Amino acid sequence: MSSPEDKQPVKKMSIIVSRGSLDGIYPALIMANGARMEGIEASLFFTFFGLNALADKTLDHLKVSTVGNSALNMAMPMLGLPMTVPFPTWMGAIPGVSAFATGLMNKEMEKLDIPPVREFLELISDSGGKIYACKLAMDMFKLKKEDLMDRVDGVLTVGQFYEASAGAGTHILFT
Amino acid sequence: MKKNIAGTEVDVNEEGYLTDMSQWNENIATAIAAEEGVGPLNEGHQKVIQYLRAQQAKGAALTIRSMGKSGVVTTKELYDLFPGGPLKKSSKIAGIPKPVGCI
Repeated sequence: MSSPEDKQPVKKMSIIVSRGSLDGIYPALIMANGARMEGIEASLFFTFFGLNALADKTLDHLKVSTVGNSALNMAMPMLGLPMTVPFPTWMGAIPGVSAFATGLMNKEMEKLDIPPVREFLELISDSGGKIYACKLAMDMFKLKKEDLMDRVDGVLTVGQFYEASAGAGTHILFT
Repeated sequence: MKKNIAGTEVDVNEEGYLTDMSQWNENIATAIAAEEGVGPLNEGHQKVIQYLRAQQAKGAALTIRSMGKSGVVTTKELYDLFPGGPLKKSSKIAGIPKPVGCI
Protein backbone atom coordinates (compact mmCIF):
# COMPACT_ATOMS: atom_id res chain seq x y z
CA MET A 1 0.00 0.00 0.00
CA SER A 2 1.32 3.43 -0.85
CA SER A 3 0.98 6.00 1.89
CA PRO A 4 1.28 9.78 1.44
CA GLU A 5 4.92 9.59 2.58
CA ASP A 6 5.71 7.38 -0.40
CA LYS A 7 4.73 10.23 -2.69
CA GLN A 8 7.25 12.72 -1.32
CA PRO A 9 8.75 14.33 -4.41
CA VAL A 10 12.46 14.33 -5.18
CA LYS A 11 13.59 17.82 -4.28
CA LYS A 12 17.28 17.69 -5.01
CA MET A 13 19.73 15.47 -6.85
CA SER A 14 23.35 15.49 -5.75
CA ILE A 15 25.22 13.56 -8.39
CA ILE A 16 28.79 12.34 -7.92
CA VAL A 17 30.75 11.92 -11.16
CA SER A 18 33.75 9.64 -10.75
CA ARG A 19 34.51 8.58 -14.30
CA GLY A 20 36.15 10.63 -17.03
CA SER A 21 35.28 8.94 -20.31
CA LEU A 22 32.61 10.43 -22.53
CA ASP A 23 30.27 7.56 -21.71
CA GLY A 24 31.13 7.93 -18.04
CA ILE A 25 30.21 11.62 -17.95
CA TYR A 26 27.04 11.92 -20.01
CA PRO A 27 24.58 10.00 -17.84
CA ALA A 28 25.27 12.40 -14.95
CA LEU A 29 24.91 15.48 -17.16
CA ILE A 30 21.63 14.22 -18.58
CA MET A 31 20.25 13.36 -15.14
CA ALA A 32 21.26 16.76 -13.72
CA ASN A 33 19.78 18.72 -16.60
CA GLY A 34 16.64 16.58 -16.51
CA ALA A 35 16.26 17.33 -12.82
CA ARG A 36 16.43 21.07 -13.39
CA MET A 37 13.85 20.80 -16.17
CA GLU A 38 11.49 19.21 -13.65
CA GLY A 39 12.10 21.94 -11.12
CA ILE A 40 14.35 19.70 -9.03
CA GLU A 41 17.56 21.21 -7.63
CA ALA A 42 20.71 19.63 -9.02
CA SER A 43 24.37 19.61 -8.17
CA LEU A 44 27.25 17.73 -9.73
CA PHE A 45 30.34 16.76 -7.71
CA PHE A 46 33.23 15.76 -9.95
CA THR A 47 35.78 13.52 -8.30
CA PHE A 48 38.69 11.31 -9.39
CA PHE A 49 38.68 10.85 -13.16
CA GLY A 50 35.44 12.77 -13.40
CA LEU A 51 37.59 15.91 -13.20
CA ASN A 52 38.52 15.18 -16.81
CA ALA A 53 35.17 16.78 -17.65
CA LEU A 54 35.96 19.99 -15.76
CA ALA A 55 39.58 20.55 -16.73
CA ASP A 56 39.57 23.25 -19.39
CA LYS A 57 42.26 21.52 -21.44
CA THR A 58 40.61 18.11 -21.60
CA LEU A 59 36.86 18.55 -21.41
CA ASP A 60 36.38 19.15 -25.13
CA HIS A 61 38.25 15.97 -26.01
CA LEU A 62 36.64 13.24 -23.92
CA LYS A 63 36.61 9.79 -25.51
CA VAL A 64 34.36 6.77 -25.42
CA SER A 65 36.15 3.98 -23.56
CA THR A 66 36.67 1.16 -26.03
CA VAL A 67 39.09 -0.85 -23.87
CA GLY A 68 37.48 -3.03 -21.26
CA ASN A 69 34.01 -2.08 -22.44
CA SER A 70 32.35 -5.40 -23.15
CA ALA A 71 29.04 -3.75 -24.07
CA LEU A 72 30.27 -1.96 -27.20
CA ASN A 73 28.05 -4.22 -29.28
CA MET A 74 25.37 -1.71 -28.21
CA ALA A 75 26.93 0.80 -30.60
CA MET A 76 26.71 -1.50 -33.62
CA PRO A 77 23.33 -0.12 -34.78
CA MET A 78 25.12 3.24 -35.25
CA LEU A 79 27.05 1.47 -38.03
CA GLY A 80 23.94 -0.11 -39.43
CA LEU A 81 24.80 -3.51 -37.93
CA PRO A 82 22.70 -5.62 -35.56
CA MET A 83 23.20 -5.03 -31.85
CA THR A 84 24.24 -8.67 -31.47
CA VAL A 85 27.44 -8.24 -33.53
CA PRO A 86 30.25 -8.66 -31.00
CA PHE A 87 32.98 -6.08 -30.58
CA PRO A 88 36.10 -8.00 -29.45
CA THR A 89 37.67 -6.08 -26.59
CA TRP A 90 41.17 -6.34 -28.09
CA MET A 91 39.94 -4.24 -31.02
CA GLY A 92 39.32 -1.40 -28.62
CA ALA A 93 43.07 -1.03 -28.15
CA ILE A 94 43.79 -0.43 -31.85
CA PRO A 95 44.87 3.20 -32.40
CA GLY A 96 42.03 5.32 -33.71
CA VAL A 97 39.21 3.02 -32.62
CA SER A 98 38.33 5.09 -29.56
CA ALA A 99 38.40 8.28 -31.64
CA PHE A 100 36.19 6.64 -34.24
CA ALA A 101 33.69 5.42 -31.66
CA THR A 102 33.70 8.88 -30.07
CA GLY A 103 32.99 10.59 -33.38
CA LEU A 104 30.16 8.18 -34.02
CA MET A 105 28.62 8.74 -30.62
CA ASN A 106 28.95 12.52 -30.81
CA LYS A 107 27.15 12.49 -34.14
CA GLU A 108 24.28 10.42 -32.75
CA MET A 109 23.98 12.64 -29.68
CA GLU A 110 23.90 15.80 -31.77
CA LYS A 111 20.96 14.31 -33.69
CA LEU A 112 19.11 13.99 -30.37
CA ASP A 113 20.01 17.58 -29.47
CA ILE A 114 22.35 16.46 -26.67
CA PRO A 115 24.98 19.22 -26.36
CA PRO A 116 28.76 18.69 -26.22
CA VAL A 117 30.24 18.52 -22.70
CA ARG A 118 31.20 22.21 -22.36
CA GLU A 119 27.87 23.48 -23.65
CA PHE A 120 26.06 20.93 -21.47
CA LEU A 121 27.86 22.19 -18.34
CA GLU A 122 26.99 25.78 -19.32
CA LEU A 123 23.37 24.76 -19.82
CA ILE A 124 23.21 23.13 -16.39
CA SER A 125 24.92 26.12 -14.81
CA ASP A 126 22.53 28.57 -16.53
CA SER A 127 19.60 26.52 -15.29
CA GLY A 128 20.74 27.04 -11.71
CA GLY A 129 22.47 23.68 -11.24
CA LYS A 130 25.69 23.70 -9.23
CA ILE A 131 29.03 22.34 -10.42
CA TYR A 132 31.61 21.33 -7.82
CA ALA A 133 35.07 19.80 -7.96
CA CYS A 134 36.43 17.44 -5.30
CA LYS A 135 39.30 18.99 -3.38
CA LEU A 136 41.08 15.73 -2.66
CA ALA A 137 41.00 14.67 -6.31
CA MET A 138 42.19 18.15 -7.34
CA ASP A 139 45.19 17.78 -5.03
CA MET A 140 45.88 14.29 -6.31
CA PHE A 141 45.82 15.31 -9.97
CA LYS A 142 47.72 18.56 -9.25
CA LEU A 143 44.87 20.72 -10.50
CA LYS A 144 44.10 24.28 -9.44
CA LYS A 145 40.76 26.08 -9.63
CA GLU A 146 42.05 28.12 -12.58
CA ASP A 147 42.69 24.90 -14.52
CA LEU A 148 38.94 24.21 -14.50
CA MET A 149 36.25 25.60 -16.77
CA ASP A 150 34.72 28.89 -15.66
CA ARG A 151 31.31 27.54 -14.56
CA VAL A 152 32.70 25.62 -11.57
CA ASP A 153 30.97 26.94 -8.43
CA GLY A 154 33.56 25.71 -6.00
CA VAL A 155 36.15 23.19 -4.90
CA LEU A 156 34.66 21.24 -1.99
CA THR A 157 35.79 18.68 0.52
CA VAL A 158 33.64 15.59 0.91
CA GLY A 159 32.19 17.08 4.09
CA GLN A 160 31.25 20.31 2.36
CA PHE A 161 29.61 18.33 -0.43
CA TYR A 162 27.43 16.49 2.08
CA GLU A 163 26.59 19.79 3.77
CA ALA A 164 25.58 21.26 0.42
CA SER A 165 23.36 18.20 -0.11
CA ALA A 166 21.47 18.66 3.13
CA GLY A 167 17.68 18.67 3.19
CA ALA A 168 14.73 16.30 3.14
CA GLY A 169 14.02 15.06 -0.37
CA THR A 170 17.69 15.06 -1.45
CA HIS A 171 18.99 12.05 -3.29
CA ILE A 172 22.67 11.34 -3.71
CA LEU A 173 23.64 9.43 -6.81
CA PHE A 174 27.07 7.95 -7.55
CA THR A 175 28.02 7.55 -11.19
CA MET B 1 -11.72 15.26 -20.95
CA LYS B 2 -13.43 18.64 -20.87
CA LYS B 3 -12.42 21.47 -18.62
CA ASN B 4 -13.71 24.99 -18.27
CA ILE B 5 -10.79 27.39 -18.26
CA ALA B 6 -11.40 31.14 -18.16
CA GLY B 7 -14.97 30.68 -19.35
CA THR B 8 -14.08 28.48 -22.32
CA GLU B 9 -14.73 24.76 -22.53
CA VAL B 10 -11.56 23.08 -23.77
CA ASP B 11 -10.25 19.53 -24.17
CA VAL B 12 -7.41 18.63 -21.83
CA ASN B 13 -5.51 15.48 -20.92
CA GLU B 14 -5.30 14.13 -17.37
CA GLU B 15 -2.38 16.47 -16.60
CA GLY B 16 -4.26 19.54 -17.76
CA TYR B 17 -2.48 20.06 -21.08
CA LEU B 18 -4.73 21.23 -23.92
CA THR B 19 -5.13 18.48 -26.48
CA ASP B 20 -6.20 20.85 -29.26
CA MET B 21 -3.96 23.89 -29.51
CA SER B 22 -6.52 25.75 -31.64
CA GLN B 23 -8.82 26.02 -28.60
CA TRP B 24 -6.23 28.19 -26.87
CA ASN B 25 -6.56 31.92 -26.25
CA GLU B 26 -4.76 34.46 -24.07
CA ASN B 27 -7.29 34.27 -21.25
CA ILE B 28 -6.69 30.53 -21.03
CA ALA B 29 -2.96 31.19 -20.88
CA THR B 30 -3.45 33.64 -18.02
CA ALA B 31 -5.62 31.19 -16.11
CA ILE B 32 -3.23 28.23 -16.51
CA ALA B 33 -0.29 30.45 -15.58
CA ALA B 34 -2.01 31.47 -12.35
CA GLU B 35 -2.73 27.80 -11.57
CA GLU B 36 0.93 26.95 -12.16
CA GLY B 37 2.20 29.81 -10.05
CA VAL B 38 3.66 31.61 -13.05
CA GLY B 39 3.25 35.24 -13.90
CA PRO B 40 1.51 37.62 -14.19
CA LEU B 41 2.35 37.06 -17.84
CA ASN B 42 4.56 39.78 -19.27
CA GLU B 43 6.13 40.39 -22.65
CA GLY B 44 8.88 37.86 -21.95
CA HIS B 45 6.36 35.12 -21.24
CA GLN B 46 4.34 36.06 -24.33
CA LYS B 47 7.38 35.80 -26.59
CA VAL B 48 8.13 32.31 -25.32
CA ILE B 49 4.47 31.25 -25.64
CA GLN B 50 4.23 32.50 -29.23
CA TYR B 51 7.52 30.81 -30.12
CA LEU B 52 6.39 27.50 -28.59
CA ARG B 53 3.11 27.62 -30.48
CA ALA B 54 4.89 28.37 -33.75
CA GLN B 55 7.33 25.49 -33.20
CA GLN B 56 4.54 23.12 -32.29
CA ALA B 57 2.59 24.13 -35.40
CA LYS B 58 5.70 23.24 -37.44
CA GLY B 59 5.91 19.89 -35.66
CA ALA B 60 9.36 20.65 -34.25
CA ALA B 61 10.59 18.71 -31.21
CA LEU B 62 11.21 21.09 -28.33
CA THR B 63 14.27 20.81 -26.09
CA ILE B 64 15.68 23.12 -23.46
CA ARG B 65 18.78 23.43 -25.63
CA SER B 66 16.85 24.52 -28.72
CA MET B 67 14.96 27.08 -26.62
CA GLY B 68 18.21 28.58 -25.35
CA LYS B 69 19.49 28.82 -28.91
CA SER B 70 16.27 30.21 -30.36
CA GLY B 71 17.23 33.83 -29.82
CA VAL B 72 13.81 34.32 -28.18
CA VAL B 73 15.00 33.67 -24.65
CA THR B 74 18.20 32.59 -22.87
CA THR B 75 18.28 29.48 -20.71
CA LYS B 76 18.54 31.64 -17.59
CA GLU B 77 15.58 33.82 -18.59
CA LEU B 78 13.48 30.76 -19.38
CA TYR B 79 14.10 29.33 -15.91
CA ASP B 80 13.31 32.72 -14.34
CA LEU B 81 10.12 33.20 -16.34
CA PHE B 82 8.75 29.71 -15.67
CA PRO B 83 10.11 28.61 -12.30
CA GLY B 84 9.75 24.97 -11.37
CA GLY B 85 9.71 23.51 -14.87
CA PRO B 86 10.62 25.83 -17.74
CA LEU B 87 9.61 23.69 -20.69
CA LYS B 88 6.78 21.81 -18.98
CA LYS B 89 5.02 24.87 -17.61
CA SER B 90 5.55 27.09 -20.63
CA SER B 91 4.13 24.36 -22.87
CA LYS B 92 1.09 23.96 -20.66
CA ILE B 93 0.45 27.71 -20.68
CA ALA B 94 0.99 27.84 -24.45
CA GLY B 95 -1.69 25.20 -24.91
CA ILE B 96 0.61 22.65 -26.57
CA PRO B 97 1.38 19.05 -25.51
CA LYS B 98 3.86 18.28 -22.74
CA PRO B 99 7.35 17.90 -24.24
CA VAL B 100 8.38 14.27 -24.33
CA GLY B 101 12.17 14.59 -24.64
CA CYS B 102 14.76 14.24 -21.89
CA ILE B 103 16.89 17.20 -22.93
